[in-house]
Amino acid sequence: MSASFRISGKGRLTQARTARFTFDDKAYSGLAGDTLASALLANGVHLVGRSFKYHRPRGILSAGAEEPNALVGIHRDAARKTPNVRATVQELYDGLTAVSQNRWPSLSFDVGAVNDVASPLFSAGFYYKTFMWPKAAWKSLYEPKIRAAAGLGVSPDLPDPDHYAARFAHCEVLVLGGGAAGIAAALAAAETGLRVILCDEQAELGGALRFESGSTIDGRNGWDWAQAAIARLVAMDNVRVLPRTTAFGYYAQNFVGLVERVSDHLQSPDPDLPRERLWQVRAKRVVIATGAIERHMVFADNDRPGVMLASAARAYLNHYGVAVGRNVGVYTANDSAYAAAIDLKKAGVNVAAIVDLRDNPAGSVIDEARALGIEIHGGRAVVRVGGKLRVNSMTVQPKNGGGERTIPVDAVLMSAGWTPSVHLFSQSRGKVAFNDEVKRFLPGTYAQDCISAGACNGTDGLSACLDEAYAAGAKAAKEAGGKAAKPAKPKVEASESWSRGMLGAAPGAGSGTTVKAFVDFQNDVTAKDIRQAVHEGMRSIEHVKRFTTNGMATDQGKTSNMHGLAIAADELGKQIPEVGLTTFRAPYTPVTFGAIVGHARGKLFDPTRRTTTHGWAERNGAVFEDVGQWKRAWYFPKEGEDIHASVNRECVTVRKAAGLFDASTLGKIEVVGPDAAKFMELLYTNPWEKLEVGRCRYGVMLREDGFIYDDGVVGRLAADRFHVTTTTGGAARVMNHMEDYLQTEFPDLNVWLTSISEQWAVIAVQGPNSRKIIEPLVEGIDMSDAAMPHMSVREGKICGVPTRLFRMSFSGERGFEVNVPADYGEAVWEALWAEGQKHGACTYGTETMHVLRAEKGYIIVGQDTDGTVTPNDAGLDWVVGKKKTDFVGIRGLRRPDLLARGRKQLVGLKTKDPNTVLEEGAQIVADPKQPIPMKMIGHVTSSYWSENCGRSIALALVAGGRGRMGETLYVPMPDRTIEVEITGMVFFDEKGEHLNG
Amino acid sequence: MLLIHCPYCEEERPELEFRNAGEAHIARPANIVAESDEDFEKFFFIRANTKGLVYERWRHVHGCARFFNAVRDSVSDKFIMTYKAGEPKPKKLPGAGK
Ligand SMILES: [Zn+2]
Repeated sequence: MSASFRISGKGRLTQARTARFTFDDKAYSGLAGDTLASALLANGVHLVGRSFKYHRPRGILSAGAEEPNALVGIHRDAARKTPNVRATVQELYDGLTAVSQNRWPSLSFDVGAVNDVASPLFSAGFYYKTFMWPKAAWKSLYEPKIRAAAGLGVSPDLPDPDHYAARFAHCEVLVLGGGAAGIAAALAAAETGLRVILCDEQAELGGALRFESGSTIDGRNGWDWAQAAIARLVAMDNVRVLPRTTAFGYYAQNFVGLVERVSDHLQSPDPDLPRERLWQVRAKRVVIATGAIERHMVFADNDRPGVMLASAARAYLNHYGVAVGRNVGVYTANDSAYAAAIDLKKAGVNVAAIVDLRDNPAGSVIDEARALGIEIHGGRAVVRVGGKLRVNSMTVQPKNGGGERTIPVDAVLMSAGWTPSVHLFSQSRGKVAFNDEVKRFLPGTYAQDCISAGACNGTDGLSACLDEAYAAGAKAAKEAGGKAAKPAKPKVEASESWSRGMLGAAPGAGSGTTVKAFVDFQNDVTAKDIRQAVHEGMRSIEHVKRFTTNGMATDQGKTSNMHGLAIAADELGKQIPEVGLTTFRAPYTPVTFGAIVGHARGKLFDPTRRTTTHGWAERNGAVFEDVGQWKRAWYFPKEGEDIHASVNRECVTVRKAAGLFDASTLGKIEVVGPDAAKFMELLYTNPWEKLEVGRCRYGVMLREDGFIYDDGVVGRLAADRFHVTTTTGGAARVMNHMEDYLQTEFPDLNVWLTSISEQWAVIAVQGPNSRKIIEPLVEGIDMSDAAMPHMSVREGKICGVPTRLFRMSFSGERGFEVNVPADYGEAVWEALWAEGQKHGACTYGTETMHVLRAEKGYIIVGQDTDGTVTPNDAGLDWVVGKKKTDFVGIRGLRRPDLLARGRKQLVGLKTKDPNTVLEEGAQIVADPKQPIPMKMIGHVTSSYWSENCGRSIALALVAGGRGRMGETLYVPMPDRTIEVEITGMVFFDEKGEHLNG
Repeated sequence: MLLIHCPYCEEERPELEFRNAGEAHIARPANIVAESDEDFEKFFFIRANTKGLVYERWRHVHGCARFFNAVRDSVSDKFIMTYKAGEPKPKKLPGAGK
């Protein structure tokens, strides 16, 4: 069965170096250096997959990155199951396991192929038309069914065990593409000594020289010349050659993304190796030498396995030593397919016939083919092929109609001509221009510092390509600052050249036929679909593309775009440039998420910030919560306590004795300088000039629109020095906000801002015993009420290290915040805890902190405010300095809507049932019996069980809230409606006596 | 990723180091309290959002931390020039005709 199609003496692989592999559990043997595709073909296997929509059997179309059909799964182990790998790109290694995709139960008998018979259902635009109504059915019914029936490979279901590397690189000249042109450009640039990077998607560089047997450069075969040139480049210190590396995206200012496949080709990769490496290259100049891609012929059943591009058949023969059949037919509209026929014939493969759409093909390759005895049928078309799982005949007819003749074949090689790869040029925002003479889009207006050279620039012939590329490399180097060097220019002694060809549907699939003549193999788009799109009113190629999905598969329409465009233009009766070309978008070939993400996943996805007492808290059983990037101790449960029991105990203990809390995550900014007070006056609503040294004040910061932006306690350490605290989340943006005003609006102020958030660890000690706990450890600070009243700050020492000791309270109890240099945070915490235990203290976390502050009606900016709340709304009118003539937000506060009646105001809520705890975010209505949608007059911003109050408490923003004291409102929930009463915001110790308690 | 020339550091650095800070040349009125509602609206809410040349503020936040101004083409994303905060709108742009 698996008779070898390897021809001894052909190709460049070593016969002795075998590699075993399996495809759908069947064992095969290939050679080192094979791709999976060439190894399968060597075993006579053409059928490798089922198509996306119709489940049609599919074979191998190409020998490169443009492959739309031969997508397989590569399974290394349970976690390494890569779907949609192009068999034409995957290098073979010993033990490789490949499986076909999108078939059930087997590749040769696929139930889903019923889609092919039912294809009228799946015609162009069927997604839009058939399944859009009723809308609800789309999500629940149609989409899952369609997804199950259509589709490509299956995503791996385990986390990706591989790692992915990333590098930034800079160079003067970046050459994209390592064919003859790219190599010539790199040689020219490299001789100047500048940094050059040359990348190519193939394992071995050389591009089309891989199959072009008729080229001779500098006295040797083109491929050998290329390998020698690469060896020379690799040996140069200023050159980096990157094989297996695809330039996938061309971004602004010559920033090019490359993906290097590092270990997918290795049998057992070193676990230290990344699977792929993302290169982000910034180049002074870029030479684009991306070559051209051969187009297929569009005719009936042109997707049958065994029907492939002529150049691919040639690559399999000349590089891999594999004949794609024993009796091949050729269907062409240009000269290049003749070269394939000639090479195969010379290798002993029977060429049944060359069918040439051109009336009187003439020229040296045609003569050579004829001389070898190959039948040539000019002016004829292949109107269809026979065979299902493998082509077995082609039917030939004069192109204007007439008698048919069926020729048995086991492969059909086709060529409709070559499409310059302008993808990267187009991605660079260069404008392509249509050259009507050669019917192709070529680089027109450049948007960046790059040059196209060779086949991608529409240059035909190896000699001309090398000249152009060499000059481009030299020019790029010169423009990038290189000194002109005069290296030997490669001399082309023999070359192949072809141009022209045809675009669009060949006669057998011409207008009026409904056969399946594929334009886009990967998305199963036929010539008929494109014509139908035009009939249904699509005029622009962008619409045709979206309606038919032509060119929208992962191959980005490399083989299909020009055909699709030509068919649409023909149907519209317009010229190709009038219909326009669709935009080329990155990525050029699919890029793994792994390559994009690199190391930034799992623990390295986002930095984790830990306070200095983190380890202590961990050892003492704290449960943590994420607050931005911070890990904060949430509560400290004792044996057998759940969160409620723990928080209730902590809340009571703080008010009865004392509690220790790590408040280090607070943002801290030092505002220093002769104009520090003036600056504070401008940035905060409060007055600062008269704040005495050693005293603190609660400050509120607005945006210019008058809404609360941040808040925090500010201590004045000296006439010219303020220690400002911000919310945890606001630390960075408040700093940015302050710098913005200082640098751009008030640059005359002599002030210096320093972020000190990480310099100071902050330990809050709150509760009636707080002073007793701290006092024994402090030197140089008189902590008596007379010497250090509430809202004051002192500098001195604690445990022998410097401290900024604030007397302040976010609990309503007598309280202190001990600032110490971060290095001493844990040591001071432990010392305070040792003292605290003598006085019945507990440690508490953020949950208790939240409950305690809510019991006192202290707001949390960002929770009780949402960017539309003014100080007045929040019941904080007293923070706005009434005599001030300027501060950020002063004008915004006077906007009519901010002064209007009925604004939402922050109030307290008590549930009628004290045991019901409201949900934060719950909406509030005045009349629960009104019809839905109800008028919502506010929402719950904070809600807790308060053990100290023996009931639930809540804060809420309610329209006209302060005028509704005592009113009953309602909180409708899915299962019930909760009655609440509007109250003041202070639930505990309304007189504030505990601050000195 | 764009390269941005910081007029304080006097070198091109990658976009990652910068943060956009909105339209430039909108000065906060010296006597802001006296602004009419209409003038305050213009100052605070209304932005040009030009297709073409835009004058905007950037901050070299992960570098020298300075705010500066830039002229950029909002169609091509290209930076035409950058200049220090407080400097007037450039009368002539590099590469522009006479
Ligand atoms: Zn800078």
